Amino acid sequence: MNTCRNEISKDCFVVPGKMALPNQYFAGRVGSKFIISLRDSRKILGVRCPKCKSVYVPPLEYCEKDMTKIDENWVELGNEGVLTNYTVVNYRDAHLPRKVPYILGMVLLDGAETPFVHIVSGIEPENVEIGMRVKAVFADKTTNTILDIDHFAPVEE
Amino acid sequence: MKRVAICAVAQHEIKGNIWYKRFQDMLLDILEDLQGETGFTFGGENGVKNVLTCSDDFFDARTISDNAVNDVVGAANYRGEQKMAQEGLNGIGYAMADILSGHDDVIYFAGHCKESLSASRNQIANMAYDPFYCRCLGMDYLNAAGLQARAYMEKTKITPEQLAQVVVRARQWASRNTYANEKTQLNLGDVMYSSVLCDPIRSLHAYPVSDGAVAMLLASEERAYEFTDNPIWITGFGNCMDDYFMGRRDLAASSALKKAAEQAYKMAGIKQPRKSVNLMEVMDCYAYQQPMWLEGLGLCDEGKGGDFINEYGPAKYNVNLSGGMLAGRPLMIGGLYGVAEAVLQLKGQANEHQAADVNCAVIQSTTGGAGQFQTVVVLER
Ligand SMILES: [Zn+2]
Repeated sequence: MNTCRNEISKDCFVVPGKMALPNQYFAGRVGSKFIISLRDSRKILGVRCPKCKSVYVPPLEYCEKDMTKIDENWVELGNEGVLTNYTVVNYRDAHLPRKVPYILGMVLLDGAETPFVHIVSGIEPENVEIGMRVKAVFADKTTNTILDIDHFAPVEE
Repeated sequence: MKRVAICAVAQHEIKGNIWYKRFQDMLLDILEDLQGETGFTFGGENGVKNVLTCSDDFFDARTISDNAVNDVVGAANYRGEQKMAQEGLNGIGYAMADILSGHDDVIYFAGHCKESLSASRNQIANMAYDPFYCRCLGMDYLNAAGLQARAYMEKTKITPEQLAQVVVRARQWASRNTYANEKTQLNLGDVMYSSVLCDPIRSLHAYPVSDGAVAMLLASEERAYEFTDNPIWITGFGNCMDDYFMGRRDLAASSALKKAAEQAYKMAGIKQPRKSVNLMEVMDCYAYQQPMWLEGLGLCDEGKGGDFINEYGPAKYNVNLSGGMLAGRPLMIGGLYGVAEAVLQLKGQANEHQAADVNCAVIQSTTGGAGQFQTVVVLER
């Protein structure tokens, strides 16, 4: 075993770098429709497979279970649902969109059959409970992403 | 059936920040170690003509990351080179395909990853997500694991003390492994009361930032004995991809791992892994993953990860005697370090952490958020 044969670091240095590569990325036909609906109508859409009845949100062009083309089969889901899981992000980092601690939750919308990840806000992390009802709070300014829903907040009882 | 051997392995010591050494130098050192052990050369009648590498563009901050290492893996001067831009354990499948297809009979395989090159490995993992559904939420492998950890803990009722035992044990074994990164010894309280990183994951539940490089020489059965007296045979390989969206998976069940393991066990002719497997190397980036992956691999009953720990399951099956990911291994090549460890154990060369009577070892690795993609390899002596 000969590893780390040369560890002399006198007069050695590292070069700092930063990658910033402006780019674009096609949202896709079903993705575009989904986000336009959030942005312009404040409605959360999914697609339902006529064959196996699966509901996909975010939407898919083809059912991943039976490959049926489902991109015409839109359904409107409720803007409310149930929190099925969560984590509290407690580390700082440049890619995180919110001040920490913030909550990432999995939200099962009324009418959907699988949850998706989004930010939960308007509640202290220690009070969050799996099974609580949450509702979409839409963003004032669009980013043309799923953040056109700004976050999910607890439903006032 | 034709067999493929791993003739020998070389590991670079893993450390948290090897800033003073280029990854090219790290690769060159392990190449020379491996040549010293096996006597293999490049080119000519009997030399290596095809090379496999594993690295990641984002970690290396350049595209075509294999471009930068051609000369130190012997691929310069008109030789074949393929890059595994994926968790390195999948390269074992690539190398097997090269040899079993008759494309070549000896393959040199080297992987590197220096997590310390990036300001934040979480930022790199964030770039693994699509820009409009997940990346913008700040998703990365750590908070994806946070969600999975809660799902697993809710399902299994595994306790904070049991999770702490996994970490304490990893550090104990790491202290016996020359190549391991984090050898600081811990007690249960250190882990249980370490700061909350991504609830329910605490800072000592997470693997430390790590730099490393691994290499190995693979050969057909006909040629393996030119390089070693005790080749280790790759008898099983399987991998499986789960759904990208976490809401469309059973987060606490690791279905993809079950399928990958099923393929690998079938190829190896293993019907009862609990009877056949003597050693496990699993990619436990976070403490909850060790019992969870062992459930997926069939070593532990579904949902019983906590009981498995209480009943000394990890000791019984020689789980991660290297220290595993929890003692520090870089992403990308965590699975290759697992192979290196298993090969040394099967050859009886693991020195201070050698287990007795190891005949069959299983290595598991994963990449993608919360174990999305799973790979399993079976090695036998
Ligand atoms: Zn369907």
